[in-house]
Amino acid sequence: MEAFLHQVLAGLATGSIYASLALSLVMIYQATHLVNFAQGEMAMFATYFAWSLINAGMPYWPAFFLTVIFAFVLGVVIERTIIRPVENAPVLAVVVVFIALLVILNSVTGWIFSYTIKTFPSPFPEEPIFGRFVTSHQGGAIVITMVVLALLFLFFRFTPLGLAMRAAAQNPESARLVGIRVGWMLALGWGLAAAIGAVAGMMVAPIVYLDPNMMGGILLYAFAAALVGGIDNPAGAVFGGFLVGVLENVLGAFVIGNELKLAVALVLIVGVLVVKPSGFFGKVFVTRV
Amino acid sequence: MTRRQLIAIAVLLLVACVLPQVVSDYRVFQFNLVLVYAIALLGLNMLTGYNGQISLGHGAFYAIGAYCAAILMDKYGVPYWATLPVAAAVCLVAGFLFGLPALRLEGLYLALATFALGVSLPSLLKYHHLEKWTGGVQGIVINKPEPPFGLPLSADHWLYYFTLAVAVLMFLLAWNMLRGRIGRALVAIRDQHIAAEAMGVNTAMVKSLAFGVSAMYTGIAGALGAIAIQYVAPDSFNIFLSLVFLIGIVIGGLASISGAIYGALFIQFVPNIADEISKAAPWAIFGVFLLGFVYLMPMGIAGAVRMGLARLQRKAQNK
Amino acid sequence: MAALLEVAKLHAAYGLTRVLHGIDFTMDEGTITTLLGANGAGKTTTLRALCAMVKTQGEIRFAGQRIDHRATEDIVRLGIAHVPDGRGTFVNLSTEENLRLGAYVRKDRDNIDADLERVFGYFPRLKERRAQQAGTLSGGEQQMLAVSRALMLRPRLMLLDEPSFGLAPLIVKELFGILRTVNAKEKVSMLVVEQNAAMALDLADHAYLIETGRVVLSGTADEIKRNDSVRRSYLGY
Repeated sequence: MEAFLHQVLAGLATGSIYASLALSLVMIYQATHLVNFAQGEMAMFATYFAWSLINAGMPYWPAFFLTVIFAFVLGVVIERTIIRPVENAPVLAVVVVFIALLVILNSVTGWIFSYTIKTFPSPFPEEPIFGRFVTSHQGGAIVITMVVLALLFLFFRFTPLGLAMRAAAQNPESARLVGIRVGWMLALGWGLAAAIGAVAGMMVAPIVYLDPNMMGGILLYAFAAALVGGIDNPAGAVFGGFLVGVLENVLGAFVIGNELKLAVALVLIVGVLVVKPSGFFGKVFVTRV
Repeated sequence: MTRRQLIAIAVLLLVACVLPQVVSDYRVFQFNLVLVYAIALLGLNMLTGYNGQISLGHGAFYAIGAYCAAILMDKYGVPYWATLPVAAAVCLVAGFLFGLPALRLEGLYLALATFALGVSLPSLLKYHHLEKWTGGVQGIVINKPEPPFGLPLSADHWLYYFTLAVAVLMFLLAWNMLRGRIGRALVAIRDQHIAAEAMGVNTAMVKSLAFGVSAMYTGIAGALGAIAIQYVAPDSFNIFLSLVFLIGIVIGGLASISGAIYGALFIQFVPNIADEISKAAPWAIFGVFLLGFVYLMPMGIAGAVRMGLARLQRKAQNK
Repeated sequence: MAALLEVAKLHAAYGLTRVLHGIDFTMDEGTITTLLGANGAGKTTTLRALCAMVKTQGEIRFAGQRIDHRATEDIVRLGIAHVPDGRGTFVNLSTEENLRLGAYVRKDRDNIDADLERVFGYFPRLKERRAQQAGTLSGGEQQMLAVSRALMLRPRLMLLDEPSFGLAPLIVKELFGILRTVNAKEKVSMLVVEQNAAMALDLADHAYLIETGRVVLSGTADEIKRNDSVRRSYLGY
């Protein structure tokens, strides 16, 4: 029983990371109907940025916030320069651009920082402060994720800019008619998504160690989470993230063993796509001929 | 096919045959891999270029073909040439089976599903219950085949010619398929799915078969690749293998048979040159080229060649 | 006094299909003008051209300034509010959120709450439904919402694309009555595209008749009402 509880809580902790990344994916999907295959690499790149700040002597939290800002700017720049030209291009062109982005970020990171695995510090103490079933870092990751989610919710619900972003995502033409600069709303969306991803990266790096290929599997879980929750539903993505985290841990520990954990993500993804593409909470779209 | 095209192909074949006589053994090995990749790219191009089904996980079929060859040769002593039909059959079925649920997925979603396959592949290959056959993390080592009938060729040369023969056969087959009704059906489904259906094309059958045949090609390439490299291991079949195939067909030229050759040359030799700069450089270059081609040359090298030739022809006509 | 809106030799096309073949018309400040014509004549396209939602050639002047090469978002900031064909409601947002979006570009944010109350004054039913999801409103209510959203801009010029579409005659009467009041009290000029010629001519001061992308008739609403061919083709008697 204790072991089970331990796995569930650990699952919630990794789930919080999947939830964050899934949220990033859904934010971009809602606004553009595009799946950002490079979301993981963007998060990884930002985490390396944090690492180099910390390595140069900056204390953790200033480095954390600076990294979040860096990631935000990076997201905006990427959207305006690389994504904008292919916004209305055929699907294959867009996928190729995302893959190119993935590959460039991955290799540039390897180039600058080398492929040797590095340790990344956790801002939370060694001693367990959330009870004996979770490490402080696991508990801390959940707390940080909740804070980020709460801030996002408040932003979108109660600020004019958040409202404008929601409007631009739902109905770009009408949004233009009330004067919203839809292009910049998209860029902001990318910036926010990148910033959330950076937080996820910094929370996961102490657990899986810093390496240019660290986000591959995590991105897969995030995809699964986003699909399970409904690819156009932010709340669903968050729920999906925690669900996938718990499932991964529990199944991995008690049912199928650790090796096939990624296969769980694969099965979830293909399963959801084939059986119920709109996920638990998403909307069903009908194409007009 | 025009006379000009026939001449070009004849010249190409001649060069391919003469090549081993004039370059080092290592280069022959590299060109062997070029042929292997060309077959793999042809397979992927059939599915993604001609039929519009995006696959970011074709490395999986390459791996299945490679492991077929390795397991048959290592555990059951099957001769190398006999592994090809087996790899082909297994991948044809595997591809078709994957193509069935894929029928329900369009564009981005299919890319997502195949991406998931590509990322999880190494861990599937490392699964310890399969270790008896797959050799687990260490993989399987196989022996290089000897030339038959005591022909006076080095093993590398023999393998090159064998691969060349298989490649010519596969390309001929593909060319025949794609220029006829099947090719038109593939493209019709890609461009106007609903209209094709309304016109009586059995889109479900065509799409699943496209997946199967595409997987078969890539699987045969995988088997040939395993035989050439003499080694299979899970970590060499990671997501980047699938991505390099995608890069190959985009840069070589989508929906083009010659594109497979240009693409294969690109993905084999660019890393060679770029490796000098840094371990990471090849992929950075791939990425930059990819972006460049999407924005500036979406038809790939094959398209650029075609346009260049057309321009020359027009100039000659206007004289 | 310069006209509020001057359109000269306006051409517009969707891709390769030309829809407008040289539209000319003007509008004075404070007036209501209607563009009449059959389906496909180019009326909606004219409004979309004014807001740069379609590729155009020709001159469009608003209060003396050329706006034909500006972006839609900038044209809005000049005080032109477009109530589009199909209402353009943000269906997943609440009624109130839709209204607040109408005021998105306004710099005088303190007056927005007051304007919200004013708009509720014109359309009490919207006030009842302020927290409701806009997509669940009836057709008539969504039209009121669209008009109100435009009013939240405090526009100088309102463009209305077939406001009577799909609405019961009684509701149209109510809506047009409010439009007339808004025009009189708040001096909002209006350009109304309508298929329902009879009701439009009762509302408007001036009218233009458009056929296959050209203006074929113009005059005051009374003149147009009395015109024989218009009576036969568009008014049905």
